[in-house]
Amino acid sequence: MKRHLLSINDLTYDDAVLILDTAAELAKISDAPVKKLPTLRGRTVVNLFFEDSTRTRISFEAAAKRLSADVINFSAKGSSLSKGESLKDTALTLQAMGADAVIIRHNASGAPARLADQQWMTGSVINAGDGTHEHPTQALLDAFTIRKHLRPENKDLTGVKVSIVGDVLHSRVARSNVLLLGKLGAEITLVAPPTLLPVGVEKWPVKIAFGLDAVIADSDVVMMLRIQRERMAELFFPSEREYSRQFGLNSDRLRKIKPTALVMHPGPMNRGLEISADSADSLQSVIVEQVTNGVSVRMAVLYLLLGGAPLAAGANVESNEKVGM
Amino acid sequence: MTNVMNEGDITRALRRIAHEIIERNRGSENLVVLGIPTRGAFLSARVAELISQIEGKSIRRGTLDITMFRDDLRMRAPKPLLPTEIPPGGIENTDVILVDDVFFSGRTIRAALDALGELGRPNSVQLAVLVDRGHRELPIRADFVGKNIPTSREEIVKVHLAEIDGLDEVLIEGNA
Repeated sequence: MKRHLLSINDLTYDDAVLILDTAAELAKISDAPVKKLPTLRGRTVVNLFFEDSTRTRISFEAAAKRLSADVINFSAKGSSLSKGESLKDTALTLQAMGADAVIIRHNASGAPARLADQQWMTGSVINAGDGTHEHPTQALLDAFTIRKHLRPENKDLTGVKVSIVGDVLHSRVARSNVLLLGKLGAEITLVAPPTLLPVGVEKWPVKIAFGLDAVIADSDVVMMLRIQRERMAELFFPSEREYSRQFGLNSDRLRKIKPTALVMHPGPMNRGLEISADSADSLQSVIVEQVTNGVSVRMAVLYLLLGGAPLAAGANVESNEKVGM
Repeated sequence: MTNVMNEGDITRALRRIAHEIIERNRGSENLVVLGIPTRGAFLSARVAELISQIEGKSIRRGTLDITMFRDDLRMRAPKPLLPTEIPPGGIENTDVILVDDVFFSGRTIRAALDALGELGRPNSVQLAVLVDRGHRELPIRADFVGKNIPTSREEIVKVHLAEIDGLDEVLIEGNA
């Protein structure tokens, strides 16, 4: 596995399966009375969050603590970042404090890659969502959840029909999921109005539908994306009501989905916009379980990136070498 | 390469260990037999089966992965985790028999004791191994030993089991 996790493209098929298998073993620990492992004792993990987040930050924090790492939370508000400190100076500060891993969320696409490539730090960089680029651990926990329910005996997701519905244009979750679920053999359909699909989407290895009704009955997984109201200033659709009628998962559509199908959402949800309350709370919804699985998956990522031998200081980051997996 | 135990030797050793475990614990009421994957898990399944044949009742058994508890994690690449299966009821107040294939530095067993500590407080923990090759680095000893095989540090002891290797044998490789 590479030293950093910036994009799903950093993972081979075998890496991805290894992370899911490791997470499956670690999930058992979450059921045990004592949820603590000594594996990362003495390692420091920094949560560097330039953007608001509830579940991702808490999830990484819980994962690191269950592996006995020391966790430092660092959010833009209330730190020197709000005084205009550059990413470089922040990185040098973290390096000086001896951070073994930095989990970064940033509103600019590519910020984690810059942090990793510039050799400002010797630790691992884990992307916890950057702009409209990627959110790899969310895709991993989604794949874990799907595999657990629909392919419990298999390594991958061959043949699972996944519909990803909503604002694909701005969604880092969608981008990482297209890469990862595709790598694992799932058949992906993107469901969105044309204004919310990125340029060049016709070259992606996916099918495209312009209405939820066309695919709802045939989907094994219905993954709803959040309508990011903060990014909707440019009027990508006429009104929220119209969007909801065409693309929302409401009670009528919930009745049409397969009994075995899963309803997923990366959170936070806009209840009543992209997903109705009864869909979000239905028996087919695994939205709360996604959060639980997120901790196991992030434990697996931290263990596989940090658990082994530290790379020599100043090791060539470009090579991002394979450490015997 | 020297063959030091064949199929018959291994079967006899395990049968003796099963009897010794029952003798020491005055029955099998309170036992939980836990194997350390990979080969320790197969050996523990065999030992548990032998004990239940002798005693005429089933034995609680499982596996215990110790990867996350190793003290040499930082000296090598991270390894995939192996299954941990603890029998229902847990290990609280039971007599745990840990089973492993080769007993060498003792570090695996130290890690296993830590892993057990996370699961509960057993009444006692006893160790059964197929081969004791010496060279302990920690003050840990085995309660039940299949065969003591004096080795040099340069030699490699290999245990092959029918379940994954196709046949039962113990080999020593290297400058004897």
